[in-house]
Amino acid sequence: MNKNTLGIFGLLVAIFAITALLNDKFISAYNMQNLIKWSSLYAVMSIGVAFVIITGGIDLSIGSVVGLVAVVLAYQLKVKGIDPGQAIITTMCMSLLIGLIHGLLITKAKIQPFVVTLCGLLIYRSLGRWFTDNQSLGPVPLEDDKGYANIDTINSLDQIFSGKIAITDSFNLPTPALFLLLFGIAAALFLNRTIWGRYLFALGNNEDGARYSGINTDNMKIIAYVICSFMAGVAGILFAFELDSVQPAQTGEFYELYAIAAAVLGGCSLRGGVGSILGVVIAATVIRLIYNSINMLGISTHLEFGILGIVILLGVMADEFLKRYSAQRATAKQKES
Amino acid sequence: MAEARTPLLEVHGLCKQFPGVRALHEVALELHQGEVLALIGENGAGKSTLMKILAGVQPADSGEYLIEGKPVRFQNVRDTMAAGVALIHQELNLAANLDLAANIFLGREPNQFGFFQNRNIHDEAAKFLKLVGLDLPTETLVGNLPIGKQQLVEIAKALSCDARVLIMDEPTSSLSQTETETLFEVVHDLRRQGISIIYISHRLGEVKELADRVTVFRDGENAGDLAKDEINHDAMVRLMVGRDLSEFYDRQIHSPGKMVLDVEQIRTPEYPNTEVSLKIHAGEIVGIAGLVGAGRTELLQTLFGVTPALGGTIRMNGALIRPQSPRDAIAAGMALAPEDRKLHGLVLPMTVRENASLASLKRDQNKGLLNFPAEEAIAKEAVEQLQIKTPHLEQVARFLSGGNQQKIVLGKWLALTPQLLMLDEPTRGIDVGAKREIYRLMEKLAGEGMAILFVSSEMEEVLGMADRALVMHEGRIAGELAQNELSEEAIMQLATGTRLAA
Repeated sequence: MNKNTLGIFGLLVAIFAITALLNDKFISAYNMQNLIKWSSLYAVMSIGVAFVIITGGIDLSIGSVVGLVAVVLAYQLKVKGIDPGQAIITTMCMSLLIGLIHGLLITKAKIQPFVVTLCGLLIYRSLGRWFTDNQSLGPVPLEDDKGYANIDTINSLDQIFSGKIAITDSFNLPTPALFLLLFGIAAALFLNRTIWGRYLFALGNNEDGARYSGINTDNMKIIAYVICSFMAGVAGILFAFELDSVQPAQTGEFYELYAIAAAVLGGCSLRGGVGSILGVVIAATVIRLIYNSINMLGISTHLEFGILGIVILLGVMADEFLKRYSAQRATAKQKES
Repeated sequence: MAEARTPLLEVHGLCKQFPGVRALHEVALELHQGEVLALIGENGAGKSTLMKILAGVQPADSGEYLIEGKPVRFQNVRDTMAAGVALIHQELNLAANLDLAANIFLGREPNQFGFFQNRNIHDEAAKFLKLVGLDLPTETLVGNLPIGKQQLVEIAKALSCDARVLIMDEPTSSLSQTETETLFEVVHDLRRQGISIIYISHRLGEVKELADRVTVFRDGENAGDLAKDEINHDAMVRLMVGRDLSEFYDRQIHSPGKMVLDVEQIRTPEYPNTEVSLKIHAGEIVGIAGLVGAGRTELLQTLFGVTPALGGTIRMNGALIRPQSPRDAIAAGMALAPEDRKLHGLVLPMTVRENASLASLKRDQNKGLLNFPAEEAIAKEAVEQLQIKTPHLEQVARFLSGGNQQKIVLGKWLALTPQLLMLDEPTRGIDVGAKREIYRLMEKLAGEGMAILFVSSEMEEVLGMADRALVMHEGRIAGELAQNELSEEAIMQLATGTRLAA
């Protein structure tokens, strides 16, 4: 764990401890399960955006992708009665395609990531609203089977995507946590143990320098955006099975902010070239924890955004300060050599 | 020079300590009005620390700083500038997105309550630009100028601040021969007007030509002074290094082997209307000389696939190649150590090991996974072979000296054993000791059969290292000089487009 990740972990422990001390309902199995579930859902998205931020880019469309994916999935299952397995595959292909389009526009048409993904945010949201005529789609799975043949498959998928696994008598682990574990480990391995991860870090810090060393920077950037949209798609499917209803206009709204906040708080520099998956996951948990604690401590929920904003600001400031301090010490040491 | 005259600027007993390291110890310096004082020393000798103290960027721990005999305490750069001391950095402080006039008056724009008053800043700016020989429209964006010209703008900017003392840090490192001569004229001119200059440079030839006196630093202390008639290459080097350096360029005779690179009539995107042809053989060291803007870097970049050729043919070892990206060139056996090593050669926040292995990752991969043992091996080999001074392999590249950074770039390429190694300004901004090591390396590689093509703006370097020299002028090769034809005049004549006399 590097210093930054240690810091954010410390923050997590601190908030956890304080809330636990002040409210004994905090540590209940029900609350912990909830916390784990929502942290996992948001963390999955954050992992995706971390890839993009490490390359020095940004993806503002994540929330809309989550919304569109949830809507498309719900629509296929509920309105069209498509086979669930097929529906999921189609939806995931859609998110891969979105990522590919982003990557191509950014690398070949040389449009700035901010602009491309901002337009994506608008376009995908409106697409979702348009083909469902802005009708809310009820929960997935279906409450009444209306003669659809897939009800059993859907229900078992629901167990997979938003179910629970019994660990002890009172505590059940929500399955999204398993998805987080799976994707988190895969992402960390990719970034830290493969040549492509090294390429991403290099190009994030110095794109020209990476290119001069023979790295195919265009392809690497496209890969980053595809991964990001893919993770948003995974999150979209998980959210679809989790939420009470999927609303084309609102599902996923603002999620990109949470994802980016988690990435930044978790140690990714928006300038690129730095990042840690573990840090991002812990940071996503911290954000959910803050919301949970505010609730548990009886603090006005109007202050939610405010407290979150302050925590992120302070966290990034602390990180900058630490970086500068250790750089100074290192330069002084270097003068010696 | 009158002895009893009070120096314009004087420091003595200056000490500066950083945690764990003694940058300056009881250092003294004297500058008289209207003189050019050269400050020389190896990297790490304390020159830049002293410079920063003189310019008010950081305070000394102890010692006295006197201007015209009166002690001063400067808190920041504003104070020193008000006292007439201006520092011209090696790394330029210009805004690429603004034009020349805006840059020259940056921070001093004529304004009324913050609103611009467009009082003739363009005419004023043009005046100062002329002083440094730049005759360009003042609406030109600084970012559109090559680095050589940008540096002249930086000097013009300092002149416009009415400085009495100019501290120039490696001012000619990006300038061509002509621009350097212009600078010398400017320096002479300023001296006549009574302005004093502290001139920091690694180019001892320039120091000999320009300086009235030389002060030498070594390891944070004064190592000696030289009066005008004592200034020569050997004396300077001896004081800088503390021992005699024999034979700076250790040249052997090479007999070129088979042809490695065969270029026929290629056209670079920068100069689409000129064609370039050349041939390089194994074991040869070929230098490319020319003025800044002659197209030398562009030629290397086209060969390397950074800016692919518009036409013509390139053959490596007889096989036709069309490099559309550095990857293609690398696959064909080429390597390029770029002009701007910090920008293009390294990823500064990464470690020595990560930088040294960067180009070899694909080759050494384990089905996509990083191969840490291979990385370490490459880095270790580079550190040993090239004598890179670093505390350990995990040292961040940003904190190494210029010479060691350049060695990492070379180490990165050598790990791929290229057949053609292209070097763009290989020793720019590097101290004497490291320079010699790089020359020795080039010699060794050529002896082992590598073809080396290097671009250099240092006449001495081209004369000393090249088996033959190609001189470029306005995008084409103006002429080729064999070793026995190499001379400063011949290179200059070709570089300026004059035909060689019979």
